[in-house]
Amino acid sequence: MPKELLDNNDIKRAITRMAHEIVEKNKGIENLCLVGIQKGGVILARRLAAQIESIEGMSIEIGALDITFYRDDLNTKDEQPFVKETDIQFSINGKTVVIVDDVLFTGRSIRAALDALLDFGRADNIQLAVLIDRGHRELPIRPDYVGKNIPTAFDDRIDVILQEDDTDNRVTLVSD
Amino acid sequence: MFKSKHLLGIKELSPDEINHILDTSSGFRDVLRRDIKKVPPLRGKTVISLFFEPSTRTRTSFALAAKRLSADDVNFSVTSSSVVKGESIQDTALTIQALGADFVVIRHKSSGVPHILSKILNASVVNAGDGANEHPTQALLDLFTIRSHKKKFKGLTVSIIGDIAHSRVAKSNIYGLTKLGAHVRVICPPTLMPAEIDKMGVEVFHSIDKGVRNADVLMTLRLQLERQSTGFLPSLREYFKLYGLTQERLGLAKKNAIVMHPGPMNRGVEIASDVADGPQSVILEQVTNGIAVRMAVLYLLAGVKK
Repeated sequence: MPKELLDNNDIKRAITRMAHEIVEKNKGIENLCLVGIQKGGVILARRLAAQIESIEGMSIEIGALDITFYRDDLNTKDEQPFVKETDIQFSINGKTVVIVDDVLFTGRSIRAALDALLDFGRADNIQLAVLIDRGHRELPIRPDYVGKNIPTAFDDRIDVILQEDDTDNRVTLVSD
Repeated sequence: MFKSKHLLGIKELSPDEINHILDTSSGFRDVLRRDIKKVPPLRGKTVISLFFEPSTRTRTSFALAAKRLSADDVNFSVTSSSVVKGESIQDTALTIQALGADFVVIRHKSSGVPHILSKILNASVVNAGDGANEHPTQALLDLFTIRSHKKKFKGLTVSIIGDIAHSRVAKSNIYGLTKLGAHVRVICPPTLMPAEIDKMGVEVFHSIDKGVRNADVLMTLRLQLERQSTGFLPSLREYFKLYGLTQERLGLAKKNAIVMHPGPMNRGVEIASDVADGPQSVILEQVTNGIAVRMAVLYLLAGVKK
């Protein structure tokens, strides 16, 4: 039975707070861009961008990054890799890039995302925003912005259901 | 989903597997448009190509695909190797494996050689053309090119024109296109029509004017001059007159039809120069797509759990 950890309003509030933190830490959004990791990070990045835009009253560049080709588990997993779209229409040279993902777990996806991003140019500064930090890091990676810290067992599963708007959003935990 | 660690032919693939290769190819085509056209998934892997027949574009395309995936690519040159000293194909292949190949990309004039090697090698075998049997990566890049222009295969009419009997490209394409739901017509002189072609689920035409009418895709094939010794055709001029794709004949197809050719072209034999260079031609696009498709094939085969 999945246990609901965050509901619609919790997620909305978390996104609003993270948006404020991003703006505050970077002293505005000049030179700032968001890059969401496929798939969960892309919608979250769009919602963060919408929130940031409403705070600052100007638009922010946003991209989507697929990390499939940069993963380190190509032939250790049973399932086949499915490639999704990478869509970064702007140069990241000299920018502050906020990588956005839904769940931070072992840190391996973020390692892959960093490698992928470095192939797109030399960002001045790379930061990390995640909705859920569930612990169990296997690499020295830490987030700059966290929606919620949730202690989990390694075998637990966290499901993040995110829509483009705040109609039906949930974060649930499935334990064995 | 992708079960085999070898790519021997399109015949062995399911429609889902074909679509998965094409989807993955899109990702690699995007990579090839970036400044840094290289990704790391095959780091530390070795691709050895073993070509018993001459080939420039397929070999170069595989070599680039391997390099763009960060694999090491080595060409085992047949003319300067022990093959000319009488070594059997099996021994050559086992030697290559002992050298540390993770992939063996092979082209041979006899059908079935890649299949035999796949039974004795632990490495992944990729068929780069075996006799008149199959040339799967060419068909996959053709399918990918068609899909990028026409979006779907259902309801599409594809006319394949030329030397069907000697063409592994035609055969692989017929398998692939029919599996994905396209309607396939083959157009060729009766002498270049293989026996039992109708059993492959295609419509046979001997008149090009009829065969290209309202088609969405016109796929011309290279007339294999080196295989025409036994009097299949009266002359090349006659062939062009009866089966060459001219501007006039192209006009019989749909307005937005695309023209394809696997290369190398014999201009003025199977295709007129102005058609090959015309706005409906996607021939050079096929070449570019070939790298992305071969990257997808190597990448997906590497992902099959051994």
